[in-house]
Amino acid sequence: MPWGEFKDTAAERRLFQRRTLVMLTFVLVLIGALLARMYQLQIVEHEVYTTLSDKNRVQVQSVPPPRGLVYDRNRTLLAENRPVFSVTLVPERVDGMAETLTQLDRILDVSEEDLERFQRRLQEPRRPFQEIPLRYDLDEQEMARLAVHRHQLPGVEVKAELVRYYPHSELTAHALGFVGRINRDELQRIDPVNYAGTNYIGKSGIERFYEEILHGQVGYQHVETNARGRTLRVLERENPVPGEDLQLHLDLRLQKRAHELLDGRRGAIVAIEPATGGILALASVPGFDANKFVTGISVAEYRELSESKDKPLFNRALRGQYPPGSTVKPMMAIAALDSDATTRDYTIWDPGHFRLKEGGRLWRDWKRGGHGWVDLMDAMAESCDVYFYEIAVKMGVDTMYSYLSQFGFGEDAALDVSGALSGLLPSRDWKRATRNEPWYPGDSVNLGIGQGFMLATPLQLATATSLIANRGSWAEPRLLKDIDGDTSVSGFLPDSNHEPLKLKDPSDWEYVVETMAEVMHGRKGTARRAGAGAPYRMAGKTGTAQVFSLAEDEEYDAEEVRERLRDHALFVGFAPVENPEIAVAVIVENGGGGSSTAAPVARELFDAWLLEFQQSDDEALVGSVDSGGGE
Amino acid sequence: MALHDFIDSTATNPLGRPRGIWSALHLDPILLFLLLVLVSGGLFILYSGADRNIDVVKAQGIRLGVAFVVMLVFAQLDPSVFRRWAPWLYVAGIAALLAVLLVGVGAKGAQRWLAIPGLPRFQPSELMKLVVPMMAAWYLSRHFLPPRFRHVIVGLAIVLVPMMMIIQQPDLGTSLLVGMAGLFVVFFAGISWKLILAFVGLVSVSAPMMWFFVMREYQKQRVLTLLDPQSDPLGAGWNIIQSKTAIGSGGIDGKGWLQGTQSHLEFLPESHTDFIVAVLAEEFGFIGMLVLMLVYMLIILRCLYIAATAQDSFSRLLAGALTMTFFIYIFVNVGMVSGLLPVVGVPLPLISYGGTSGVTLMAAFGVLMSIHTHRRMISA
Repeated sequence: MPWGEFKDTAAERRLFQRRTLVMLTFVLVLIGALLARMYQLQIVEHEVYTTLSDKNRVQVQSVPPPRGLVYDRNRTLLAENRPVFSVTLVPERVDGMAETLTQLDRILDVSEEDLERFQRRLQEPRRPFQEIPLRYDLDEQEMARLAVHRHQLPGVEVKAELVRYYPHSELTAHALGFVGRINRDELQRIDPVNYAGTNYIGKSGIERFYEEILHGQVGYQHVETNARGRTLRVLERENPVPGEDLQLHLDLRLQKRAHELLDGRRGAIVAIEPATGGILALASVPGFDANKFVTGISVAEYRELSESKDKPLFNRALRGQYPPGSTVKPMMAIAALDSDATTRDYTIWDPGHFRLKEGGRLWRDWKRGGHGWVDLMDAMAESCDVYFYEIAVKMGVDTMYSYLSQFGFGEDAALDVSGALSGLLPSRDWKRATRNEPWYPGDSVNLGIGQGFMLATPLQLATATSLIANRGSWAEPRLLKDIDGDTSVSGFLPDSNHEPLKLKDPSDWEYVVETMAEVMHGRKGTARRAGAGAPYRMAGKTGTAQVFSLAEDEEYDAEEVRERLRDHALFVGFAPVENPEIAVAVIVENGGGGSSTAAPVARELFDAWLLEFQQSDDEALVGSVDSGGGE
Repeated sequence: MALHDFIDSTATNPLGRPRGIWSALHLDPILLFLLLVLVSGGLFILYSGADRNIDVVKAQGIRLGVAFVVMLVFAQLDPSVFRRWAPWLYVAGIAALLAVLLVGVGAKGAQRWLAIPGLPRFQPSELMKLVVPMMAAWYLSRHFLPPRFRHVIVGLAIVLVPMMMIIQQPDLGTSLLVGMAGLFVVFFAGISWKLILAFVGLVSVSAPMMWFFVMREYQKQRVLTLLDPQSDPLGAGWNIIQSKTAIGSGGIDGKGWLQGTQSHLEFLPESHTDFIVAVLAEEFGFIGMLVLMLVYMLIILRCLYIAATAQDSFSRLLAGALTMTFFIYIFVNVGMVSGLLPVVGVPLPLISYGGTSGVTLMAAFGVLMSIHTHRRMISA
């Protein structure tokens, strides 16, 4: 049939046109529906989707403040911040986790521990596209190797963060303390807003005590991110307030000297500037590298440190509690004079031993044959035990307790030294409470020469010594010297709370200081060899503390036992006598006699502080004046 | 009816008739102008949707250039050529679809392409968007219209056979468009409203059966996701949530060209292909959407006018069906991006990047121009 023939073309056309109108209506209705939908989304629900869109793209990130630096008194940097690079993986972007890890292991030194920690984190719930750290603290070679292979490792990223660094690691570990990763307990304590971007917190020492000042205030930035969570640009930024820099009283040169003097031995040195209470040196030897603790020490390394017999992690200067031995005699002398238990002229006969009553228990003097007739001056110079036995019994425990506590024994008198222990100053009540026994006169005898129950830390001994150097006025020990900027020190340093020790006859101070000078310079002085040939006068007192017991489960070979049963050598003193600039306490564990081991250490410190450093400071000063003179 | 009078009157109005150079080139200046407006505007949106990748815009420009040439070629052919070739093209098309199912090459789990050595890889299902309405128009226009029942049945069979073959590939989007193209021919031929109602009834009854026996798991998932995008916010629902967010955050006047955050920050998937309308909606807002819809509307009006003024049944049916297919593209794409319809792979006509759909669409406009510009010669 040919096209178009026998057909009513006009009718067909009208039919088609009617259908076209129907379709046109259909089209109009549906386009209207689409536009209605657009109206609904773009105008009616516009707000909802704008919020969604902003939430999509804008994220608020916290910007951690850089931690304040710590300087010593000569503005030598003790604690700084150093960029540390770590490798992180974004699992969503890694193709083939196993191969990637194998390849990374070839490029970097990835330990079993790192891998385990990574796998553990991988199992934990987390946000999509959140990175998981694999290894911290890459060295330059590793960074370079990683850069070369970067294109083969999608999802592997290098992240930088500022991490605490202690350039004088071993020297300052015990004095400054250190920071470490925030742990679960600390997480409960800290302000979650201010620490939102911070990974590290002060764990001990200055870092812990001044955490608030050193940390600073967190900053914020609004960043635009893409769907994969990558930051594209910063929209708005509120800068963090960096932590304040601290200047300490510590003198790194003296600190270094202290470490050198104790090198190879175990012991502690605390040096204080009497006028201010500023701690010039706070050494505990052996030390350790605090930097290892910052990013996380390995289990093996920690075990080595914690199980070492020399206990390098133990801060002897603050927490080592030793019987003070004869170093307590100057304080006893003050107490005895002021409480009229003795006078400057009072003389006793020392036969080499002491008895409370006829036929009673015998207390020996360190010198078998005795010192003969001795007054207070001789008793101090020769360290006569019997003299002090006698005045101790005369004073009784209550008087001794009262005076010794005014010297700071039995408490943590330091203002800003965290972790210091308070030692043990026995009293009648203490003995009743802990031993359920009365105080016997024999206990007083022991206490008179710093033995028996009494325990003191090197820091306490140095504090008490500097009180004598100050002739009774208190300057509590402190590390902080200054805070940079406008922040005042007094706002952050706790209030001093000690009354000056006032004597009925203030010249008793001078007299006791003279007895201590006699120790150093007197013909019979126990430390006369250490004091010989000095261009300045010094005051001091040697001491020897018996090592009482060893823990039963500790195993030593015979050699070790002998060495470790030897007495601790102690020394306290200050110099110059007339205008004290430095007071020290020295303890050398198992060092034997105080006069032979500890006193020479103190002499070296005095020389360094009064002669050597002063001179180099003067030279530096002259030099700077010369260059600044512009002539 | 006023509109009816309008079309009837313009049918005899010499104003709409091609003249001079346009007649010689067999191009319709009004349709050509509207298409150029659409395509050039589309390239601007594509530049933004492709995240300022000028290479994508260049490639699309070249592809559209080719499509315009194809349109030009189709416009030169007399409509009787399409009519005469329709059965042979249809048979060849069915054979090609069969070949695709047997030896086709695939991507993403679907076999859609036929790789014949020596020829560029092509998608036979794409050609069927033209061939099926041609064949249906050829068949139905041989008989008196409105068609008898048996002719309707045969007409439906012509449509359903390739449609089912394309569903097997599987390619729901193309199958839908091919099916619609054929059904529009049947509708324009004047199938009785009773049959239409019966057909609609049949579809609504068979829909649940389709759900259980025909639809694949991923297709069901798309429908479920449409109903509740939040059920799978990072998976299948992501696309819908993100595109709705893009559209909604555009507001009345949009965020400005190249300023759309949803698309440029990679939240919006396929921002330069199927979801490009979301880019437009985000950057040009409701006003941009109104303009786009207006341009599309004018193109459809012009095409329906061409169909209404065509001089034989075959041309009318073909022109009407091709126009409505073009509209279905728009409706399905915008409906899916705005979350009204399930996500099926249908591009926004002449704006989305890639695919052969641009060439097919321009070929269809070529056919329409041919129908319009060869009119006078037939009637003369």
